[in-house]
Amino acid sequence: MRVAAYTAPLTLAPDRMPRADHAPAITACTVTSALGVGRAAHREALAAGRGGLRPNDFTSAPLPCWIGRVAGLEDVPLPPPLARFDSRTHRLAWRALHADGFAAAVAAARARHGPARIACVLGTSTSSIGATEEAYARLEHGRMPADLRRSEIHHPHALAAFVSAALQLDGPTLTVSTACSSSAKVFAVGARLLRHGLADVVLVGGADSLCGSTLFGFNALELIAPEPCRPFDRGRRGLSIGEGAGFALLERADAASSAPRLLGCGESSDAHHLSAPHPEGLGARQAITMALTAAGLTPRDVDYLNLHGTASAQNDAVEAALVAAMFPRTLRASSSKGATGHTLGAAGIVEAVITLLALEHGLVPGTHGCRDPEPAIAAQLALAPESRLLRIALSASFGFGGNNACLAFAGAEAA
Amino acid sequence: MSAALTVGVRGIGVWAPAAPSWPALQALLAGIAPEPEVAPAARMLAPGERRRAPLSVRLAVEVAAQAVQASGLAAATLPTVFASAYGDSTITDELARTLASAPTQVSPTRFTHSVLNAAAGHWSMATGCHAASSAVCAGESTFAAGLLEAALQVVDSGHPLLFVASDIATIGALVDVAPATLSFACALVLAPTGAPRLRLRTRSAGARESLPRQLQAAAWYKQNPCARSLALLEALARGAPPRLRLALAPALTLDIEIEA
Repeated sequence: MRVAAYTAPLTLAPDRMPRADHAPAITACTVTSALGVGRAAHREALAAGRGGLRPNDFTSAPLPCWIGRVAGLEDVPLPPPLARFDSRTHRLAWRALHADGFAAAVAAARARHGPARIACVLGTSTSSIGATEEAYARLEHGRMPADLRRSEIHHPHALAAFVSAALQLDGPTLTVSTACSSSAKVFAVGARLLRHGLADVVLVGGADSLCGSTLFGFNALELIAPEPCRPFDRGRRGLSIGEGAGFALLERADAASSAPRLLGCGESSDAHHLSAPHPEGLGARQAITMALTAAGLTPRDVDYLNLHGTASAQNDAVEAALVAAMFPRTLRASSSKGATGHTLGAAGIVEAVITLLALEHGLVPGTHGCRDPEPAIAAQLALAPESRLLRIALSASFGFGGNNACLAFAGAEAA
Repeated sequence: MSAALTVGVRGIGVWAPAAPSWPALQALLAGIAPEPEVAPAARMLAPGERRRAPLSVRLAVEVAAQAVQASGLAAATLPTVFASAYGDSTITDELARTLASAPTQVSPTRFTHSVLNAAAGHWSMATGCHAASSAVCAGESTFAAGLLEAALQVVDSGHPLLFVASDIATIGALVDVAPATLSFACALVLAPTGAPRLRLRTRSAGARESLPRQLQAAAWYKQNPCARSLALLEALARGAPPRLRLALAPALTLDIEIEA
């Protein structure tokens, strides 16, 4: 890989990431969203340009909008030994863990290194708040009904505690909850844990399921589109909310010399507004620049960028201008949120795995729903899926609170 | 056992019901009468933001400002890790009640403040800090796991960092499942250099956690996840004991050695 002297002005020290030959290997990964369960379902849908959104049929009084719903979660409870953790989010996580042989890969790592050497760092925005909402809808004399009065589900760390317990992991466990950057930032935490010898393997990822809080909350902010969302389209009308889960195993490079790599992470704060992006994308630019610097890359080295691309008026305008200013016109970029919906706290991992799929299969996903792109980004934005060699890719995630993260990946061959 | 992460403590902030600052907590631990309760002032926030900010944000910002002031470092340069086991349960309670009765009446301001990183966002705006900020939790081990993540960032980057751990008292139907019966917060500015120094190691096996000794601190310890910091705060105040153990996970502890 080329290591160029990147001289863009930096006001912050980048996350110090080793060069490619020491960058953490991604030895397993999986994703579940409205596009389906597992990587093959995602690859097929993305290659075919198929979306997963459907008219909102969630909650007892559904808003008139579209959602990305994972089918059948209502029908399959967690197995009896894990019943105390049962919630929609944990069912979604459980389903994702069992796709692509991921749980078996974790079990193999556990047998190899011992449970104490495997850390679990997961991102979520709302955890199992849907279960809290259900409990409040059925309060009995001011108390939660007995079946939902379980301390395992009503707090933000519930997901990581569940996954650690379900997979019998005894290493460090942490939840990152920074809204829509949550499950991107877990990669930075995982890389640090590996780098300083606190774990031999780190399970990173996250999950967020559909719930009333986010549907009605974004509705209150007037950010929900009445139609399937159209990222970067000039006529876009807002978000479609989705649910999703994904996981990846990070290991030191020597564990898997042919695996794709996490080359660098960038993290920053807008310091501007709790629910609106910085008008010039200041924090987003810093996060992208830091990820590139940590990876020893320049913008010219990036073959594909998975955009945040929520389809909100503000995010897409700011992001389009920023990407046009930072990257050459030859960059291929797209937002997958038109296909999956915005999976919020899971967006980081869902889009990281889509980015890894893009690298693996030479597949630039299209921007589902976008027909008339913002002129600023029209040259770079892939509207339909494209087939081409990809070596280096970025995934960008920007959240409430002005919390930004960017991940740089190398495909197996480029590493 | 892992290799040690060594960090210096450059500033401390505290808010507890009868100890609204680090000097007040030190006095209380030394047996001096507790101070009357005062609400967390959070003067760092602009007046409009302070009015809109929920208690969880004001509490975190208050101890953060105390610790940064004590450190003498510039807030705008410090990355942050904000830890909270339950976030703002007042907002969760209100959101869940509204969703159960009139879902289209959800308040946009309350929804915006429902994210665990609301305090981190407010702090970055109040201080003009563009550095990385995180919001983390780990249930009852939120303080220990947050401290480990904060120390890891300091050692990894070579830069000082602001670590805040705070939880407000839970209300409504959440009291049964997310128990915090009082509000408590503390903040540490950690740096690669400076004293006292903390040497942190993880160790397998569920050894018993160190408890605070002073009666009031021992009572608070049981009433708020972030008050599990009190064994460390007490040791920092008294200069003893030199070794502590906090629970990180069911079968993992964080061993802390304190060097003056």
